Amino acid sequence: MKMITAVIKPFKLDDVRETLAGIGVQGVTVTEVKGFGRQKGHTELYRGAEYVVDFLPKVKIEVALPESMVDGAVEAILNSARTGKIGDGKIFISDLQEVIRIRTGETGDEAI
Amino acid sequence: MENNIFELQYAMDTFYFLVCGALVMWMAAGFAMLESGMVRAKNTTEILTKNVALFAVASTMYLICGYQFMYDGGFFLSGVTTVAGMDDAAVAAVLAASAESGFGEMGEYAGASDFFFQVVFVATAMSIVSGAVAERMKLWAFLAFAVVMTGFIYPMEGGWTWGGKAVFGMYELSFSDYAGSGIVHMAGAAAALAGVLLLGPRKGKYTKDGKTVAIPGANMPLVALGMFILWMGWFGFNGGSTLKLGGIAVANEVANVFLNTNAAASGGMIAALLASRILFGKADLTMAVNGALAGLVAITAEPADPTPLLATIIGAIGGVIVVFSIIGLDKIKIDDPVGAISVHGVVGIWGIFAVLLSDADATFMGQLIGMLTIFVWVFVASLIVWGILKAVMGLRVTEQEEYDGVDLSECGMEAYPEFVSSK
Repeated sequence: MKMITAVIKPFKLDDVRETLAGIGVQGVTVTEVKGFGRQKGHTELYRGAEYVVDFLPKVKIEVALPESMVDGAVEAILNSARTGKIGDGKIFISDLQEVIRIRTGETGDEAI
Repeated sequence: MENNIFELQYAMDTFYFLVCGALVMWMAAGFAMLESGMVRAKNTTEILTKNVALFAVASTMYLICGYQFMYDGGFFLSGVTTVAGMDDAAVAAVLAASAESGFGEMGEYAGASDFFFQVVFVATAMSIVSGAVAERMKLWAFLAFAVVMTGFIYPMEGGWTWGGKAVFGMYELSFSDYAGSGIVHMAGAAAALAGVLLLGPRKGKYTKDGKTVAIPGANMPLVALGMFILWMGWFGFNGGSTLKLGGIAVANEVANVFLNTNAAASGGMIAALLASRILFGKADLTMAVNGALAGLVAITAEPADPTPLLATIIGAIGGVIVVFSIIGLDKIKIDDPVGAISVHGVVGIWGIFAVLLSDADATFMGQLIGMLTIFVWVFVASLIVWGILKAVMGLRVTEQEEYDGVDLSECGMEAYPEFVSSK
């Protein structure tokens, strides 16, 4: 099992969610986050005082998947989250040690 | 027949005081919204608590002793005619007084309406302080100060000006201040300045190399709403200060006061917006809002006599002054989260002298001495009270409390508990 974590632009969330649903992904966790990569931030102004906004709002999506679905999900996220402009985000793939469904106690692939 | 008209005149002028007083009371909501929009989310509940409480404190302290100190209205309003007190004999006495003074004079009106109109001005003066000391003052220290300010400090200088009393029996003022640019606004700012000097700036507001750090407010819609509420309430603030409505000349005066009040606010807003665009390259909403309020403060000392164009210009000058004053105060490290000292104090002084532009009876020395008397009295008395409070209970919350937000330390509740906190 793998965990895919993707940090994307917030307005792309609906597109990504739909595309993932289209390839059979059942569940997704979404968090509002801030971050920057090479995009950096920008300066704003308040009553004559400049201040730098380093962190830009992003959305983090976490999906737990059986290994067989990973390539398809990555492809789906890439296609739906990409704008071609700086700040599109990143996808991280990590190993998932265990998954347990809280309601029933199922584990492993059945719990995904 | 004449008695019927006297009864109507009494009713109309009383009603006018009451409605205008209610409009000025509405300004308390304006201050609350403006200030809560300009502070960070973690400090919002506390500033709202300050605003709601100070209005009640002002209403009560002025009732207990303030009205007596200012107008000899009697401790606990013993001099104000109650419902039971307005018996047939009292009515006859009012009619007789009306007949004696005729239609041209001040006329008769209910004493309770006079108190009501006056008390809301006290609350306005006090609420000027709450914005300047925001985000780092102990709530109860502020309320303790409010007790003294509304019960004593403001009523004393109000007595020397509108009350017509000699200053500690030494000299009389020849000070023209229609609705209180000096008596209310500059006075509030003087008390605020004294407090801010003893309080110190917010942590992190000024860097060691003298730069000003932006601390943006949490809620711009509230800021704009607050400004509009204040603008509307100000029609009562200036309009009611004509003190009478029943009569052709005086009704015309009231209409011009409303007109000029609106014109000055507009002039102030436009000037501040343009100044902000020129100085910063951006249209700063908070500066525009402060500009409109500055325009209102500027015209408050004389809203009746100027032509509408002059009123607009007086307001516009106020709008320019306030932008530079806000930047300037930051440069000398006087931290004022809402710009209250600039809007009400610096522009209040401009308003005092702007009277000379349209009022032939006002004199420069009269305005100057009045301005200095009010400022020195309020500033020094406030400094003493703040100083005592600082020694006895401390003015400032701890650094950790300031970091976590005064909502938690002073009020134990967040203003936006379901919103994800950003910083």
